[in-house]
Amino acid sequence: MEYKTVLTTCGYCGCGCGLYLEVLDGQLVGIQPCKTDSVSQGGLCIKGWNIDEFVQHSERLTSPLIKKDGQFTKATWDEALQYVADTFKTIKEEKGPDSLAFLCSAKCTNEENYLLQKLARAAVGTNNVDHCARL
Amino acid sequence: MKAMQEKVRKLLEEKIDGFIGLKMEHGHPAPFLFSRENLDDLEGLVVGDVRYPLNKTLLRVAGQYPDLTFGVMVRGCDERGLTELSRWNQLHRERVVPVGVACPPELAKLCECYKPYPAEWVVGDKTEGITESKRLVSVENMTQEKRLQHWMKHFNKCIKCYGCRNICPMCFCEVCSLEDRSFIVTGKLPPENPTFHLSRAVHMVGRCIDCGLCEEACPSNIPVRTLYKKVNEIVEKLFDYKTGESPEGKSPLNMLGEVTLELSDVNK
Repeated sequence: MEYKTVLTTCGYCGCGCGLYLEVLDGQLVGIQPCKTDSVSQGGLCIKGWNIDEFVQHSERLTSPLIKKDGQFTKATWDEALQYVADTFKTIKEEKGPDSLAFLCSAKCTNEENYLLQKLARAAVGTNNVDHCARL
Repeated sequence: MKAMQEKVRKLLEEKIDGFIGLKMEHGHPAPFLFSRENLDDLEGLVVGDVRYPLNKTLLRVAGQYPDLTFGVMVRGCDERGLTELSRWNQLHRERVVPVGVACPPELAKLCECYKPYPAEWVVGDKTEGITESKRLVSVENMTQEKRLQHWMKHFNKCIKCYGCRNICPMCFCEVCSLEDRSFIVTGKLPPENPTFHLSRAVHMVGRCIDCGLCEEACPSNIPVRTLYKKVNEIVEKLFDYKTGESPEGKSPLNMLGEVTLELSDVNK
């Protein structure tokens, strides 16, 4: 018998509300808002209140997919990253770096977003960087 | 704090299989299940400056382990909750051992709690209850038109997060009418008002133990607690029923018989 709460940050948007994942015998069974969180102070939106749903969802993607002959097929991370790197390289060589664009996300940390723009500007050579929060 | 730690240690050694309380972790007091196997965890047990729906955690854990006996930290409101949850067959009251906390005067005042202490407590001192709710009086002093405006102004701030329902230790229904699509349209903000909030208020009859966690969870600062305080006032006047006070008798919604009750009797 083990019930524990895991303090974490909501991954749905950039607000960064604090919440607890409730874990009963290894299963994620619910969430509680963190009432002492300095950002959200015990409040959450409907997405945060339901964030436990996708973690162990049966339809959640657990590996990368590469489209082959019109069908998504399972791939390893090495295969997927190699495929992306090769394709980016070909596009950059054939059409120039501004043929590529990078979209970062409110779900990522500041550091991850920083790294993405660094990759775009320093490694690929384009200023085409945007963010899903522009929606 | 030491008194509670010692009490829980003794209970875990002799009587209960687990204790649901708060433990200081990462600088935050969080809901935690203390067990006989890990008595050292009790060093981190705190009463906490903030309140969590521990009875909700109790239902979750006891639901999985119905034959075990659990202790739970209770304030006056939580103890009322245990009484009602038992009446609604959500838990076996004889398998729950409450460990009491008497609320400090500041909290009692903030809550306008009529009984800010459980039957027995190991932490705190008894504070006299507050029988008149100033927040309720201030709303009732408005004209009917102003009062409607007041509530609609607040209700229309609702972002429909369902936080008031989700955090409520007395909301245990498997099917919730606030999710009935023929009744509450999805993808629309604010929700149908006043229907959305008044529906929840009606469902608080015989349930609301006035813990106020709903209002604390509301990101839009809607004073829902005032609304439910009114519900409790009506329930008390009409049915002579104080929610959570006595384990005897039926819940108001199960009392209805041949009697016709006039709401006008309770209006000022």
